[in-house]
Amino acid sequence: MTASIRPTSIPTTSVEVDEDLLLVGTTGTTGVVDASGSSPVSSDRAVLSVSGLRIGFGQGEDRREVVKGISFTARAGRCLAIVGESGSGKSVTARTLVGLTGAGSWVEADALRLGDADLTAQRERDWRAIRGRQIGFVLQDALVSLDQLRRVGDEVAEPLRVHRWGTRASRAERAVELLASVGVPEPEIKARQRPYELSGGLRQRALIASAIALDPLLLIADEPTTALDVTIQAQILDLLSEAKGRGQAIILISHDLSVVARLADDVAVMRDGEIVEQGPVDEVLSAPRHPYTRALLDAVPSEHTRGIRLVRPAEGQTAPARPARRIDRGRPVLDARHLTKVYTGPDRVDRTVVDDVSFELFAGETLGIVGESGSGKTTTARMALSLIAPTSGEVLLHGEQWSSLSVARRRTRRARIGVVYQDPLSSFDPRWSAGRILTDALATGPTPPSSREEARTRAVRLLEQVGLRAEHLDAAPLRLSGGQRQRIAIARALAPEPGVLVCDEPVSALDVSIQAQVLDLLTDLQDELGVSYLFISHDLGVIHHMSDRILVMKDGAVVESGTADDVFERPRDPYTQRLLTALPRLAQA
Amino acid sequence: MSATVSSTVPTGGSAPTAPTAPTTGARPLGSLLRGVRPGVALASLVVALVVLAALVPSLLAPSGPTQIDLGNSLAAPSLSHPFGTDEAGRDLFSRVVYGTRLSLGIGLGATGIAMGLAIVLGFLSGLAGGVVDTAVTRILEVFFAFPSLLAALLVISVFGPSVTTSIVAVGLSSMPGYARMVRGQVLNVKQAGYIEAAHALGHRPSRVLARHLFPNAMRPLVAVLTLGVGQSIVWASSLAFLGLGVPPPNPEWGALLDAGRNYITTQWWLEILPGLVIVLFAISVTTVGRAVQQRLEGAAR
Repeated sequence: MTASIRPTSIPTTSVEVDEDLLLVGTTGTTGVVDASGSSPVSSDRAVLSVSGLRIGFGQGEDRREVVKGISFTARAGRCLAIVGESGSGKSVTARTLVGLTGAGSWVEADALRLGDADLTAQRERDWRAIRGRQIGFVLQDALVSLDQLRRVGDEVAEPLRVHRWGTRASRAERAVELLASVGVPEPEIKARQRPYELSGGLRQRALIASAIALDPLLLIADEPTTALDVTIQAQILDLLSEAKGRGQAIILISHDLSVVARLADDVAVMRDGEIVEQGPVDEVLSAPRHPYTRALLDAVPSEHTRGIRLVRPAEGQTAPARPARRIDRGRPVLDARHLTKVYTGPDRVDRTVVDDVSFELFAGETLGIVGESGSGKTTTARMALSLIAPTSGEVLLHGEQWSSLSVARRRTRRARIGVVYQDPLSSFDPRWSAGRILTDALATGPTPPSSREEARTRAVRLLEQVGLRAEHLDAAPLRLSGGQRQRIAIARALAPEPGVLVCDEPVSALDVSIQAQVLDLLTDLQDELGVSYLFISHDLGVIHHMSDRILVMKDGAVVESGTADDVFERPRDPYTQRLLTALPRLAQA
Repeated sequence: MSATVSSTVPTGGSAPTAPTAPTTGARPLGSLLRGVRPGVALASLVVALVVLAALVPSLLAPSGPTQIDLGNSLAAPSLSHPFGTDEAGRDLFSRVVYGTRLSLGIGLGATGIAMGLAIVLGFLSGLAGGVVDTAVTRILEVFFAFPSLLAALLVISVFGPSVTTSIVAVGLSSMPGYARMVRGQVLNVKQAGYIEAAHALGHRPSRVLARHLFPNAMRPLVAVLTLGVGQSIVWASSLAFLGLGVPPPNPEWGALLDAGRNYITTQWWLEILPGLVIVLFAISVTTVGRAVQQRLEGAAR
């Protein structure tokens, strides 16, 4: 079984080849470090060594340990990835390494050495001398990390100013150089703009420019590409790869194994505050020793996981085979014809957000819509749901009028199409319990429950259908985990027994193992109920795993459509080809 | 060897999120009361006493509010007269206690009027949008242009001082602030995910309004209401102090202040003690209101 998913006969050298190509192809100025003995830093030199690091919060009764004695070493010219899911302690570890653990925390370590300096007895003043100069820190969200009211150039030059580098004029000059070095086009102009005027990718570049301003020994990047589109993500990873080529040590904090595979040399897998497995990236990712690492790898959806459950059954059990799909290609359940949506902005300029999009969704089928942010996929979904009216074009539901109906007529047919959102919590009334949410949804179905008892029984049945239990009836969604919340959102969408479910990024906010469970659940429900999915995601792996047919959207238009295999293996459109090249992949044949 | 690094930067809120276990939504009363700060407990006690005084003043007052004892006028505070007596020998403490009903009534009434109008205008403005929104917002801006107390004085100068005009005057002049808050809340909640989710399920707009929009828009305003009652009482007292509030001999708090001001150099307690009661109550209501607000915001996200 393992072989079919991740053939071990082919070693993961493809990853390394990629990296070498990147280094040679993109740096040019510095070259690869460990090749020449004259290089100032040897690639094996330990820049940061950590041993027995323990971090906790609270005192006395409330005292809890979130990092339980971990050890690792970051070496010059290499990237160490710390991988884990939410709550594993990876981010708090990163913050501790720059002395920003936070209020009410305690940190203990057997050894914490940066170069020759001992960091265990650091005071805030000492940390300030280190941050920016010896350790650069890149955070996930550049929009939050950069001061919105200051010019980008000033933000980039901030570490220079703090560490009294040069004069005001020379710092401004250096900031422009730095922006240019991270590939920001027109750096002189961008340096004078404010962060909100820049795109997400450029902001992230500016943040990296600021982190490498003083050429620190160590760069810590905490989810540096998580909020970015896949093509931008590839550029940022190249940039970090260049920094590595210059001999900097990188600690990459990430939940995304494919990003790790692309950039890291060594990987440490964290779970519940402990490192469960550690080693060279190709070893750990191709032949994981710890069951958790294996489960994490299995959970990543991709072209290799189609038709396979992402959550591996417990030892000694076999997964039930997926029954043959019954896709009825007779009449489409959802039929979108030439949908166009034009918004007029406050400047009275018309913007075409969705441009002539047509598709058919058949009974029991999953149609994936994939695209980067701003491609118009969510607007298309909202038109399919008729929550917004198309500027032109029409949607038919079960062969009948849908988008052209009057609001009141359409309301009576809403039960036929359901929706699952990316963020379930915000789609629940904060005052309501799970049970109330479900009974409220049941009331909109074709056969509303006639009594409170019946409503309750059916709500429990819905909960069980999505893998929850009756005890969750009284739970407030706020107190449930992300996966449980999404299960309740799915149960709510299914309550009125719709034939079509529009899933708008339903797993994008979830950890990979939870994502795997929810995707498995959606597949099971499709087998069981024959419901059709209009499945929207920015994640190519998720789309490939779930979809029978795929639409690729760019700038509001469909650039390519076809069966999943056609689109992924024989992409015709240059944009699709570019997307697939940019996609970081786990080492798989 | 194990060394400890002291963490010095209070960034706050940076603890990693641990998956939370499912717990029941309803909390028992015990857990609601746990963690109440002593200041809040004290303030709640004061509010409770004031409410009691308003409902059953005879329980707390040693004598009637208008019981004259000319032989014992302007007496200093003592055990039998904790707040002393006024120029007609009436027990000041009893007058304060009996005045509670009027003062609290004015406070509640004024806040009720203000909030009632604010809800109508706020929802109209927030839901209708467009021309209606612009019109309502302009009207509110005109109201805002007048200092609140001045607006109240205007109403009283037109209709003459009485309990009713006090209530209406204070209510009208504090309405625009609430209306603006309600409108903001409506605009905010209107675009919440659960509103769209309810529409997507096929619920009628009236049902979405009643079940989701109204309760969620009003929830943060509950605390504002408690604050408003204290504020209204202070304003009504100000009007009474200016001789434009409740006419004598009603023992309203502001009227007591007005009566006491002639004696402030000789019998200071006639002025200071009722004043302190007003201050104490206003602070207490505010404290309780803030505590309620924090609870509600803590319960929401």
